[in-house]
Amino acid sequence: MTEEMAPDIHSKHFKAVDRALIALMILPILACMVLKIIYTPATEGVHISGALVFYQNDAMPVMPLIISESQVNSWGVMISILGLCLYLTHGLTARAVTKRQLVAEWIVEKCQNLVNENMGDYFSAWGPFVTAIIALSAFSSLICLLGLFSPTGDVNITGGWAILVFFLIMHYKFRGGFWNYFIGLFKPIPVFAPMNLIGEFATPLSMAFRHYGNILSGAVISALMASALGGLSQTVLGWLPGVLGEIPFLRVGLPAILSIYFDVFSGCMQAFIFAMLTMLNVSGAVPWDDWNARKEKRARRKAGAAQQPAA
Amino acid sequence: MELAMGIMLGLLGLGAGCAMIAGIGPGIGEGNAVAAACEAIGRQPECKSSVTSTLIMGCAIAETTGLYGLIVAILLIFVAPGMFTGILKDAVTSMKG
Repeated sequence: MTEEMAPDIHSKHFKAVDRALIALMILPILACMVLKIIYTPATEGVHISGALVFYQNDAMPVMPLIISESQVNSWGVMISILGLCLYLTHGLTARAVTKRQLVAEWIVEKCQNLVNENMGDYFSAWGPFVTAIIALSAFSSLICLLGLFSPTGDVNITGGWAILVFFLIMHYKFRGGFWNYFIGLFKPIPVFAPMNLIGEFATPLSMAFRHYGNILSGAVISALMASALGGLSQTVLGWLPGVLGEIPFLRVGLPAILSIYFDVFSGCMQAFIFAMLTMLNVSGAVPWDDWNARKEKRARRKAGAAQQPAA
Repeated sequence: MELAMGIMLGLLGLGAGCAMIAGIGPGIGEGNAVAAACEAIGRQPECKSSVTSTLIMGCAIAETTGLYGLIVAILLIFVAPGMFTGILKDAVTSMKG
C-alpha cells in the first residue's frame, strides 16, 4: 500500500492558495456592496423599494434584459460558496489533520443523512443537489445582514429555483409513461381534471411564493419598524441640543432583535423547508408500480427480440 | 382628478387591509398545531425533538396562505399605486380630449 504524500499545511505555497481562496470568498460580497453604494440614489431615511436595476437593455427581442441587484447578489453568493467549498476541501487527507476537513466531513455527512432519510436509498445521489439548494438559499437570505438586498426577497430568483424543481418533478412523474400520467389526471373522476392540472402547477408556485413572501415580509416589517422608531425618537428626544437631537436613539436595539428572527431564523428555516419540499415532492413523484411494470414489459420485449432471430 | 386619485389611493389602502384578513386562518391553524404538539410532548417527552422539528416544518407550510394575503397587500401598497395612477391619468386626458 502506497502512502499518499500528505500536503504540507505549513508550506508557503499551501498558505498562499488558502489566502487566495479566502479572497474568493470575500471579494464577491465586497463587490456587491460597492455596486450597491455606487447605484443607490441619495435619499433620506429608511426607504422601502425593490431591487436596484444596474443595467437595462431595451433592444432585446422578447422583453427588455434587466440585470438587477438580486441577480448580481446571487451570482456573488454563488462565487462565494464556491470559494468556501474549495477552502474547506483544500488539502484533504485520508486521516484528517486540519479542522476544516472535519467541518467539511460533518456537513457532507449531515446532508447525506438528511437525503437518505427523506428520499430513500434510490435517491442517495441527490445529496449534492439538495445541499447546494440549502447553501444557496441560506446564504442568499443571510446576505441581508451585511446590508445587501437578499436575492430570495425577489420572486424572480425563488421562481427560477421552483421552475427547476418543477422540471425535476415532471421528469420523475413521466417515468411511469406519459399515457399513464395523462390518465392519472382524470382520477378519481374526470371532473377533477382541471383541478389536478392546477395542482401540478400550484406546487412550484407555492414553493416560490412561500420563500419569497417570508423573506420579503421580514424585510418590510424591519424597515417599517426602523422608520417608526426613527420618527418616535425625533418627537420624544428632539429637544436635545445640537447633533444629539438628530440621532435616532430609540432605533438602537429593537430592530436588531427583530432581525435575529426575521433574517437569521426565518432565512435558515425557509432554506431548510425549500430543500425539504424539494426532496418530498421529487421522491413522492415516482409512480413505482407503473415504472416497474414498464421496465418488465421492456425487458420482456427485449428478450423476445433476442429469441426471434435465434429461432 | 385629485378627488379620483384620493378615492383610488384610499381604496387601495382599504383593499390591502382587507387582504390581511387572510392572517386569521394560519393563526388558528398554527395555534391548533402547537396545542397538539404540546399534548404530544406531554404524553411522550422522549420524542420532543422530532415533534418540534415536525411542528416547525408544519407551521411554516401552514403559513403559506397567510403569506399569499401578505403578498397581495404588499403589492397593493407598493406596486399598484404607481400602476393605477398612470391608467387614471390616461383615462382623464382621453376624456378631456
